Parts: sequence; structure tokens; C-alpha cells
Amino acid sequence: MNLLSVNNLHVNFHIKGQDLAALIDVSFTLNRGERIAIVGESGAGKSILGFSIVNLIDKPGYIKSGSIKLQNKEITTMTPRLLQEVRGKRIAMIFQDPMMTLNPVLTIGAQLVEAIRSHTRISFKDARNIAIEKLHSVQIASPEKRFNQYPHELSGGMRQRVIIAIVLLLNPDIIIADEPTTALDVTIQAEIIQLLLDICRDNSMALLLISHDLGVVSRVAERTIVMYAGRVVEEGPTLEVINDPQHPYTQGLLNALPQMALPGQRLNQIQGNMPSLNERPTGCAFHSRCPYATDKCRQQQPDFIQSGVSSVACFMVENMITEFEQNTDEESL
Amino acid sequence: MRHLKKDIIPPLQESRWSHIWAGFLGDKLATLSLAILVFYCLVAIFAPLLAPYNINSPNFMDLTNAEIAPSWISGDERFLLGTDDQGRDMLSVVLYGTRLSLTIGICAVLIQITLGICIGLISGYLGGRIDNFLMRCADIQLSFSTMMVAIVFLAVFQALFGMDMYQQLAMIMLILVIGLAEWPLFARTIRASVLAEKQKEYVDAARIMGISPKRIMFKHILPNTLTPVLVIFTVQISNAIVAEAALSFLGLGMPASDPSLGALISVGFNYMFSGSWWICIIPSLTLIILILVMNMLGDWLRDHLNPKTYRD
Amino acid sequence: MSTPLIQISQLEKFFSTNESWLSQWRIDSGKLKRKKDSVHALNGINLTINKGETLCVVGETGCGKSTLARVIMGLTPATSGEVHYQDQRIDHLNDRQRMLFRRRMQMIFQNPYASLNPRMTVYQTLYEPISFHNPQLSTAQVDEQIQTLLESVGISASSIDDYPHEFSGGQRQRISIARALSVEPDFIIADEPLSALDVSVQAQVLNLMMDKQEERNLTYLFITHDLAVVEHFATRVAVMYLGRICELASTRVLFSAPKHPYTKALLSAIPRLDNNTTQPIRLIGEVPTQMDNPIGCVFQARCPYANQRCYTESPNMIRQTDNSSVACHAVDEGRL
Repeated sequence: MNLLSVNNLHVNFHIKGQDLAALIDVSFTLNRGERIAIVGESGAGKSILGFSIVNLIDKPGYIKSGSIKLQNKEITTMTPRLLQEVRGKRIAMIFQDPMMTLNPVLTIGAQLVEAIRSHTRISFKDARNIAIEKLHSVQIASPEKRFNQYPHELSGGMRQRVIIAIVLLLNPDIIIADEPTTALDVTIQAEIIQLLLDICRDNSMALLLISHDLGVVSRVAERTIVMYAGRVVEEGPTLEVINDPQHPYTQGLLNALPQMALPGQRLNQIQGNMPSLNERPTGCAFHSRCPYATDKCRQQQPDFIQSGVSSVACFMVENMITEFEQNTDEESL
Repeated sequence: MRHLKKDIIPPLQESRWSHIWAGFLGDKLATLSLAILVFYCLVAIFAPLLAPYNINSPNFMDLTNAEIAPSWISGDERFLLGTDDQGRDMLSVVLYGTRLSLTIGICAVLIQITLGICIGLISGYLGGRIDNFLMRCADIQLSFSTMMVAIVFLAVFQALFGMDMYQQLAMIMLILVIGLAEWPLFARTIRASVLAEKQKEYVDAARIMGISPKRIMFKHILPNTLTPVLVIFTVQISNAIVAEAALSFLGLGMPASDPSLGALISVGFNYMFSGSWWICIIPSLTLIILILVMNMLGDWLRDHLNPKTYRD
Repeated sequence: MSTPLIQISQLEKFFSTNESWLSQWRIDSGKLKRKKDSVHALNGINLTINKGETLCVVGETGCGKSTLARVIMGLTPATSGEVHYQDQRIDHLNDRQRMLFRRRMQMIFQNPYASLNPRMTVYQTLYEPISFHNPQLSTAQVDEQIQTLLESVGISASSIDDYPHEFSGGQRQRISIARALSVEPDFIIADEPLSALDVSVQAQVLNLMMDKQEERNLTYLFITHDLAVVEHFATRVAVMYLGRICELASTRVLFSAPKHPYTKALLSAIPRLDNNTTQPIRLIGEVPTQMDNPIGCVFQARCPYANQRCYTESPNMIRQTDNSSVACHAVDEGRL
């Protein structure tokens, strides 16, 4: 059964009298224990998607239409009190900057103990023991010492571990991790990614990883959703998306990686930039940068089409599939 | 949400100033304040043309006309706002007084800004011992209250050079004293912004180009630090006007022969309870409205220009 | 073939952590003593950059790679050591004497949002350096240069009077490159120029930098933490850890046969698309700060191969058979 299902979600931003669409018709489902990655460049709307799932979109943004269901409970229409419960116990968030979650004037210990005591009534001493045990389980060396330290005394990787410890305490069904390792060094990043993977597996938590790094995504996620200019353009099993990308944008994104070109040779770049909110073109948003764009792409928005195990929104792929089907039909005749 | 804003807002940022201007026009109170301030400035500039009487003419003071009530009470058509204790037309006197008060206020703040910018830039950009020395000077300056310094200074000046000399130089002295007393406010603000700007890479880029420190300070850093200065500027003008009024009220400001708003209030205060209330109330109201309007503009600017509180 | 352009020898940079005069005094065994605490950002760096090559400096946050760039550019004075440009020593020069070298050495910065003055248009940003270094040029000639320069980095001439905030991150980085190129340098230091950009834009900027290198025979010192870019772009790679260089090798050698245990861990940690089976080598513990600068090898605390010698003796760079240099006792002793 679906743990989380997002259906036809539209999120708009009302800026200077203009109603600008940040998310257009986004749908996906997340099962219990499943790990999904949302990939896209800045401005694609992937962070907004993360925030709208827990209904944290502030003015000038608002959810225009669509539904977000957590086990058949509608989140978009929830009362603030119920939402609070959902945010704490069912869905947890990990941000790029751990200081967004940690309170700089409280010790690590105080914040952990508070998290424990907010939903179970136990003594400070017991809570302290649990907290230290959790710090230990996220591989923090000498947790007793760290317990009494302030967030600024810890390195970035250590802070992210503390956040994961807090998340573990809350024991949510879903973790939304918004670029959790972008600010970290490669060796630390590898450790944090491994840690995230381990805790999700061990506690059968679902993970929604928001990232721009396809390398990280391929290590973590089972399924990948590629977003461009507020829309989902491709969705499928991670290996499939990375090894056999269908949408020209996904192809471009992968081809632009340095490891895809011979050393010393030019990289395969995508021309131009992602259009900003107020200058999104008509038709397929990618047409201005797409090498295969036709007049149809400039006028109409392509629908999703099943291509193998992935689904893609692209006329080129659609044409290829229909041609292929026609050919096989003719052959069978 | 901070995080989200970053994602959404920048591509829409056209010109920040036109954006702020649009927001300003949308705020009725702010627009009204600006309109009143512009009115005050125009009145101050064109006081010699607008005033019904020439205050420099020997006939202006006529004791036979003393203490005539405003025209809607006395019915005397000659004097719209009545006359003061020496028979001067209140309207003319208030017009000239406003002109004087605004001049003193603006000039004093210009001195403050010039000093503040130079000291703040040098202090922030060069850092080290110079910074330490200049900022300790600022601390010492701030530890004396402006009024105290001004009172002591002006009183000593009066005692040393006598009343006549003082009356001739009163305006310049007031500008200098108020101007010199409050430079640390600007210097500190500028220094803080310079310290922040200095970290940015465009300053390094300019240094790598071999551009001289003087040019980097004034051409590259200064334009980026002026936003908070603009806010303090409006507030400081009103402070300077109030300081001048207070000094004049205490008899250390402008002489009665060449009165600013403060001096007028001071004179009028003696007649407050003898029935001639307008001599005091009219300049007081003029002053209060002016200060109120300037503070409102200052507040509005502070709320909307401060990058921390800057929202769309 | 390889003529050295920049030579760095025994470069050290300490940052004092108690700058204030008053806080330097402390009571030590009954006596009042004055003591300066310092952080060792660079700890004896020796490096030669050859003409026409791209030398990449790789390392994690706080390893001193940005400090190295700033010291070479003269933005921060070195504590000791020497920097030579061709055969002239440049690290001790004052602003006026350095002017000769300003034209030859330029820098591209990490943050495209902070490296352009927000109150200057593209035109002003480029006009200043060109006219400053070529006072003999007329305004029309400078304008012409700006036009060609902008065209060559792919910014349309119609946006010449726009302010930086009207451009995207990638475009700003192009303008930064144009500014660096405006004085026609031989040597450019790029301090993490791609890290603030999106993947597809990174490729554009990297391509631009490679084109310019070919066109103008530029020498790059490229500072980054992204090993995928290094593999693609670098001629040689220097791996830095806590203010020291621990391995220096040609790109091919470094990626096919890394020697230093830190390099090995670093390479194994790159998230790759193709092989998800290999586990990254786990390093124990966090990067120590430069405050507690250890005696012996800087990597001892996280090194799985550390022995007694590593805790007492600092390893020197030793040239290997394949022309790479490694500073590691374990490699030297053949334990690794």
C-alpha cells in the first residue's frame, strides 16, 4: 500500500501581482521503506516539493490544487495541530544546513532529551541514556563528551549526524532529506550517505532524497524522479534512468558530467539556463534547450508515456514508441 | 523557508530600487509623510517669496501690532497666524524659522556623514591599530551626551567672545557642534558594513587588479554600504533639528532676532499662560509635524531597506 | 617542455587566533607571559607549476587550499617561504612593485554572487581593469575590447549595461572569467569556480575555461574538492591535507594508482554512476582542526596504517618510480 501519494500537485507563488507556477501537476507515490530521489537543478522546484509535502509552504507560495495523502489522510487540508503531529512523528526533514534544525544556544544533549521527552514521559536520566545510545548509533565518537557540547563546536558532518540521531528518536515513517550532503566534504559525504542508507534499511523508513548529485542518487535511491522547471519529466528505477535516460534533459544532465567525456575533451554541455519562474515558455519547458525540439514541443505540453519501466513526458519518445509499435504491427500483419 | 525564498525570489529581482519605490507608493502613510516633507522643503526654500512680510525690513517689528491673535479669532486680515510679542507676523517668522531649522539640521548631518564615512571606511578597511584607535575615539565621543557637549561648548563660547560675536556666528556654531557631536553613529554603521563587504570576493578581485586602496574604498565598497546610511540620515536630521530646538529653547541657540523654530518656541513659552498661546503653539506644531514625518520616513526606510528584514 | 612558471618553496602561513593584544597575556606557572596562539593554514608547501599546465589542488574544507591561492596572489602575506614567478621572487613585494605581476596573474572566485560588485554594470566591471592597465587606450578602443571579450565568453553585447543580479550564476561566472582575461594574464588561479553552479552549467563554464586555455596558452591552478572535475581537467594533481601536500602526481597516475592512504580514501568516496558495488574506504573520525596541529604525520588520526613512526616524525615528499611524489611513511617503508 502507498505510504505517501502525491496527486496532481500544483504549487503557485503569488509575487508582485503575478501568479507564478512553481510546481505543475506533480504526482508520485512512495511506499513503506522505499527510497526515492528527486533530481533537478536549482529552480526546478525540488525543494518546494519537499516543503509542500509537509505543508510548509509559506506566503507568497500556496498549494493551488492537488492532493497529498499520507496513508489516506489528506495533508493539504489538515488542521495545524494534526500537521504538527505529522511533521514530528510521521515525516522528518533533514536540510542541507543542519543549523536550520539545531538550536545554536542549546547543547546537543538538551535538544536530544527534549525530542525524547516530547513524546514519552521518562526521567531526564533515562532520556540521557537513550540520547547517548542514539548518538552512538549514528557513529559519533565519545557521545558523552558531545552530549554537553553546543552545535557550533561540532563539524558539519558531526552536526548532520546529530540531526540523524534526532530523526531516529522520532522514528518517522518518511525522511525527507533536502541536499543533506551538499555542504560536506567527499569523504564525510560518503559516510553520511551510508549512514542514511543503513538507518532507512534497519528501521524500514521511506526516504525522499532531494539532490542534484546523480552520483549520490545512484548510490541511495531505488527510484528516481527527474524534475525540470516545476514539472516531473522522467520517472523510473534509478539504474534505468541513469543507464538508459529517455528524456533529452536527463540525457543532457548525465552527459554533462565530467566522467562522461574523455579527459581533456570538451564536455557535452546543455545550452542555456533553466528558465526562471516568470519566463517559463509555452509547451514543453525544455524546448528552448532541447536539440530535438519540434514545433509541436513549442506549443503543447507532452503527457506522460510509459517507456519500458520508466515514464517520460516527451514527444520525441512518444513518436519513437508509436513508430516502433506501428513497425511491429506491420510485421505481425 | 529561507532556503526556499532563495530559490524563488532571485530570478524575479528586477531592480531593487524600483521595487522599493513601488512598495513605497503602496504605503499610504509613507506617501503622505513624503508629501508633507516635500511641502516643508519647498516652503523652506521659497520662504522669502511666500512670506507676506520681509523679516529683514526695519518696519517688520512693530510693537503696536504685538500679540494679535490669528485672523480667525481676531478677524485681523493682515496677520493670518497672528503676531508675536514684538509685533512680528507669525506666518513669516515660522516660514523663516522652518527654513533655518532645516538648514541647520541638514548641514549638521552632512558634516556627520562626511566625517562618519571617512572614518568608518578607513577604520573598517584598514583595520588593526588604526581601527582600534578610531573606534575608541568614537566610544569616548559617544560616552558624552550630545546635549552636554553642546551646552558646555556654546556656553564657554558665549562667555569668551561675548554675546554680539555669538549672535553673528550662532548658526555656524550650531551646525559645527551638532555635526561634530554625532559622527560616531555614522562611522560605526559604515564600519560594520565595510567589514561585511570587505569579506566579499569582488573586493579581492579589485585588489588583484592592482586598484589602489583609496579607489577600492570609495568606488567599490562605499556604494554598497550606503543603504543603512540613508536610513540613519533621515532619523539624524530630525535628531539634529530637535537638538537645535532644544539648545535654542535653553537660550544657547539662535538669537531672538533671527529665530529658528526652537527659538520661537522658547520666546512663546513665556506667553503661554498669558493668553497669547499661539506664539508658542504654532511653531511647536510646525516642529512636531516635521519631526514626526521624518521619523516615519526613517522607520519605513529601516523596515524596507534593511537586508535582514527585506522581504518582497 | 615543462618550464616552471610559478615556484613555491617552504611556504608557511600561520593565522593568529588571539589577535587582540590583551588576550595574549596569560598566567603560566605563576608568571605572566605573553603568548600568541596560531593556526597553521599552510605548513611548508613546495610546489612547481609548469607553463601551460592545469595543476589541480584537491582537499577538504580547511586544508588550506584557498589560503594557498590567496598567498600566491598576494592577498594574504605569507609567514615564511618564497613564491617565485618565473625567476623573480614576488611574495615580499609591496603593492606598487607587484603591479607588474598583476597583469600576468589573475583569479576566478568561488561565489559568482559575491565576486562581482553588485553596484557596477558589466561594462563598468570590465572597463576599470582594462583602462587601468592600459591607460594609453582611448575609450573607443576599450569599448571595442570589452565587446570582443564579452562575445568570447558567450555573453551577448546587448546586456552590457546590466547589473550582476540580472544574470544567472553561470553567466556571472562567465563575466568573472572575462574580467580575469581582460588584462591578458598568463596564469589564472580558479578557486572552486564550479561549486556554486548547477551540473549543466558547470559543464559550460569548464568548457569555456578549457577553450580559453587552448586559445591563450594559459596556466591554471585549479582549486576544487570535486574529483570528477579533476580527473577530466587536470594535468597534474596535488592532494592537500591540513596545510600539507600529501601526494603530487600526474592525473593519470593519481587516478589509476593512488598511493597515499588519504588519496585512496578520497578516490573511493567519489559517488560514481557506474559501480555501486565498491564500498568507500571508511576513515575514522573527523578532520582535525589546524589548532591541534599534530607532531608527526598530519593524517595520523584518521590513517588506518599509522604506526609509531607516523606519530613522531613528519614524512617528507619522496619521489616514486612513476614520477609521483608521496609524503607517507607507510609508502616509503613499503608497508602499503
